[in-house]
Amino acid sequence: MNLLAAVATQAGDSPAGSTGSTTGEEILFWILAPLAVLGAAGLVFARKAVHGALFLAVTMVSLAFLYIALEAPFLGVVQMVVYTGAVMMLFLFVIMLVGVDASDSRVETIRGQRVGAGLALLGVIILLMTVAGRAALPDPVGTAQAAPDGNVYAIADLLFGRYVWVFEVVAAVLITAAVGAMVLTHRERTSRRLTQREMSEKRFRDADPQQAAGQPPPGVYARHNAVDTPALLPDGTPAETSISPVLIARGAARSADEFTIDLRQLGDEEGSDAAPTEPSDDSTSGMSGEATPGAAEGNDGEAGTTDGGEAR
Amino acid sequence: MNPTSYLVLATILFTLGSGGVLLRRNALVAFMSVELMLNAANLAFVAFARMHGALDGQIVAFFVMIIAAAEVVIGLAIIVMIFRTRRSASVDDASLLKL
Repeated sequence: MNLLAAVATQAGDSPAGSTGSTTGEEILFWILAPLAVLGAAGLVFARKAVHGALFLAVTMVSLAFLYIALEAPFLGVVQMVVYTGAVMMLFLFVIMLVGVDASDSRVETIRGQRVGAGLALLGVIILLMTVAGRAALPDPVGTAQAAPDGNVYAIADLLFGRYVWVFEVVAAVLITAAVGAMVLTHRERTSRRLTQREMSEKRFRDADPQQAAGQPPPGVYARHNAVDTPALLPDGTPAETSISPVLIARGAARSADEFTIDLRQLGDEEGSDAAPTEPSDDSTSGMSGEATPGAAEGNDGEAGTTDGGEAR
Repeated sequence: MNPTSYLVLATILFTLGSGGVLLRRNALVAFMSVELMLNAANLAFVAFARMHGALDGQIVAFFVMIIAAAEVVIGLAIIVMIFRTRRSASVDDASLLKL
């Protein structure tokens, strides 16, 4: 940050007639230019799109710093906000939507395309390098004269003065783009939307009548105050359907069998020493006593502490 | 600092961006490469604006950024739409119109 501030003040304060060839700017350039090239190369050669996006973000940030060094602080900030802030996040969002794991296939679909592309790229870089290298460019004049009140004021002057018509057209382009995105992602309904009453009737007709009142929620017990623990049915057995299928697919949930074994152990412990080791179990919820299979016969009526009791 | 070094950097970035468009099959990566090419052009604009001591180059770079943002919105909408119908983000899979 110190470097940025130093360069910004240097770039802003340098008089119009100066050559602008400052060592601070050179150091900044030789740090940022390799970073930018590294990021660009990473984008092209990274296998996964996410890595490519992160590499591109490095390039964008480096370019933002270079803009500030080039006496364009406004553009530097816009680059940071619009590109690394908005555009890259949009890209990452779509990458997540499309699938992070989708990596490129290395199969060449057009024969000789890679060699041809490599040759063409070589030609492009030789051509552009020759032009850039052989042009006898004068040392920069600097924008101090063009922007006496500062960069932002001068840009505002131009934007709402000479280029105001372009500004209006660009506004129209942005609105068109927003409408276009909405039109493109709009999905036509093939059937009428069901009302709430129809959905409720459908649930009673089509679904298992036992589930009509809703599925039992996962249990809350003194041992596992968590959603990975199944609810208990009135007969003391765990309700497998009470755990989210996502947790089961991830292997993060405790299966009903596991939980039954746990319950049995808990029941044995309490049966042997009348639960002196875990007093909090009884005081906090009182569930562990009811939940044991041994006590399950007597609690058919009052097991309403879990919603699983209402499903049966 | 002479603008030549900035021009060379812009050239390298532009070439790498066009390489990404030519070589990568993932539509998203190709699209990001287009953004890279636009950024390289912007860098050249800003460097020239400073060389000439006029701010018009910066204005042009600013408009390029706006158009790039609009382009990203539309392009990503198209990619999402293609993904919804074809379940793939590869440019090779959207070839139904080919003979």
